[in-house]
Amino acid sequence: MRVPPMPRTRPGRSRPHTGRPRPHTGRPRPYGGRPRRGGALTYAVLACVTAVSLFPLLWTAVAASSDTTRLARTPPPLWFDGHLAGNLSTAWADADLGAALCNTAFVAGTVAAGTVLFSTLAGFAFAKLRFRGRRALLLVVVGAMAVPPQLSAVPLYLLVARLGWADRLQAVILPALVSAFGVFFMRQYLLGALPGELVEAARVDGAGAGRIVWHVVFPAARPAMAVLAMLTFVMAWNDFLWPVIALTQSGNPTVQVALTGLGRGYVPDQAVIMAGALLGTLPLLLVFVVFGRQIVGGIMRGAVKG
Amino acid sequence: MNAPPAAAAPVSAGDPAAGGPAARGSGPDGRWTPYACLAPFFVLFLAFGLFPLLYTGWAALHRVELTSPTRMEWVGLRNFSRLAVDEFFWNALRNTVTIGLLSTVPQLLAALGIAHLLHHRLRGSTFFRVVVLTPYATSVAAATLVFVLLFGRDHGMVNWLLGLAGIDPVDWQNGRWSSQVAVSTIVVWRWTGYNALIYLAALQSVPPELYESAELDGASRWRQFVHVTVPSLRPTILFTCVVATIGATQLFGEPLLFNGGAGATGGADHQFQTLGLYLYEQGWVNFHLGRAAAVAWTMFLLLALLALAAGLAVRLSRARSAAREGGR
Repeated sequence: MRVPPMPRTRPGRSRPHTGRPRPHTGRPRPYGGRPRRGGALTYAVLACVTAVSLFPLLWTAVAASSDTTRLARTPPPLWFDGHLAGNLSTAWADADLGAALCNTAFVAGTVAAGTVLFSTLAGFAFAKLRFRGRRALLLVVVGAMAVPPQLSAVPLYLLVARLGWADRLQAVILPALVSAFGVFFMRQYLLGALPGELVEAARVDGAGAGRIVWHVVFPAARPAMAVLAMLTFVMAWNDFLWPVIALTQSGNPTVQVALTGLGRGYVPDQAVIMAGALLGTLPLLLVFVVFGRQIVGGIMRGAVKG
Repeated sequence: MNAPPAAAAPVSAGDPAAGGPAARGSGPDGRWTPYACLAPFFVLFLAFGLFPLLYTGWAALHRVELTSPTRMEWVGLRNFSRLAVDEFFWNALRNTVTIGLLSTVPQLLAALGIAHLLHHRLRGSTFFRVVVLTPYATSVAAATLVFVLLFGRDHGMVNWLLGLAGIDPVDWQNGRWSSQVAVSTIVVWRWTGYNALIYLAALQSVPPELYESAELDGASRWRQFVHVTVPSLRPTILFTCVVATIGATQLFGEPLLFNGGAGATGGADHQFQTLGLYLYEQGWVNFHLGRAAAVAWTMFLLLALLALAAGLAVRLSRARSAAREGGR
């Protein structure tokens, strides 16, 4: 599989326009090239897309502020009511969401940090070092990206059972650290962003491998590391199948495990379930409000290259 | 570029012949540096990636019960033959295909449309890009729990809106098609924006000259779309198809939670049980880990077959377009 190098656009920015000023003629602009200005119809459709994207989240909050009788009415409630605090505290207590949120933050944080560290190291080796077996190992990484983790659930469970890790957080952290996507992402970035001269110059100056990685590779890789950290954090926060298998409601649940418990009849109160869903989603939504632009840029940059 | 040969080499991706001595370095630790950098990833990959994948095949040949997961009894291919005669396995396979189509096709088409809109010069373009990605930030669990309410039979928002349009309420949970449409809707909602951003990135990297020359040839905007945009996007479209297909075979959380409290059956008649959910039911509800491993291995083989077919299709279409180019 040939892998084209990544274009080095900055995250969150569209392609820089050519500086050439375009005379305003009556002729329709070409479809591509410098993008056309969006018309009223474009905005109207995008407004609909925005509504569809946000409505379920907004309605989660509406339902979380209602009570069960209000939810069992037709038409369904469309605006907030006064039960939010009560439902939140019920969900918090019943599903142990405080512990679940702490667990999830710890898992997602550790997975993000570890993935970024290991992916940067491996990506650097693949991008800038020559060694025996490089091609073959890179093929292994690309192949690993295509294998769904679900296929390994049974042996992983046997492994975890044998190690006595059931209900321990390392059972969900360690397998999640294997991110072939991360390695590939960092390799693609470092191919373009890290001049080989820099590595060579550091070597000539007598720097060892550790110093080169610390003082040359990490600074060059920092923008991509930040993006990969955010993408990995989101994925780890939302990871579902394996945590549901490896962790139990009563042990060391992540938010997704706790929400599954809520949804599967632990508490039959729909408004409380919505309050739990809201609590489990809010932290990530905050991350998106603050870093949305960078995450968008990361997805656009990382995923173009098949 | 005036780089020493060592630095220039790696730019040509994975070509061992290029470059000469390269960055192997002169330091005493230079030779081992690459392997030291790769070690953390590959050690974890061997332990938690490759070993489990291979061991799945081994476990599939054994009787392993969840109650005593360390005891394995050799049964040969019996887990597989049990699968072949289990109607629920075939049911789950069919459901996986239909839900996969119902979720992947609209998802990618809508994503293409949204990407086209986002490719305009817009006020607040960053806002729109972040907004279409918010469903992706919502977890499977949170999203499914909301959609269960929205798709409620008696008081759900969807049925209320259908009622306004004069359509009778639909039993979203119990009908075969209606439940599969509902489950697919959750998938479509979560992933359309993500794919739209990928298409947008691809649209932005189409060389403008292609459009300019098409314009000079008098091509209409529709013909430009068909003859310039779609061919340029073809690798990206293929990539998203592959990713969406892998995702569809894995579908698990949505059908699990769409069922509410009723376990992992995927509805009273298993009407929306996917292979992923069937695997979970075999292993962690019925305690037959060996049979769950057989399901996993079967899924792996199916994916491999799909990949092979897709590879052949790509090669064929490439050969055909090469022939066409040659004919000109």
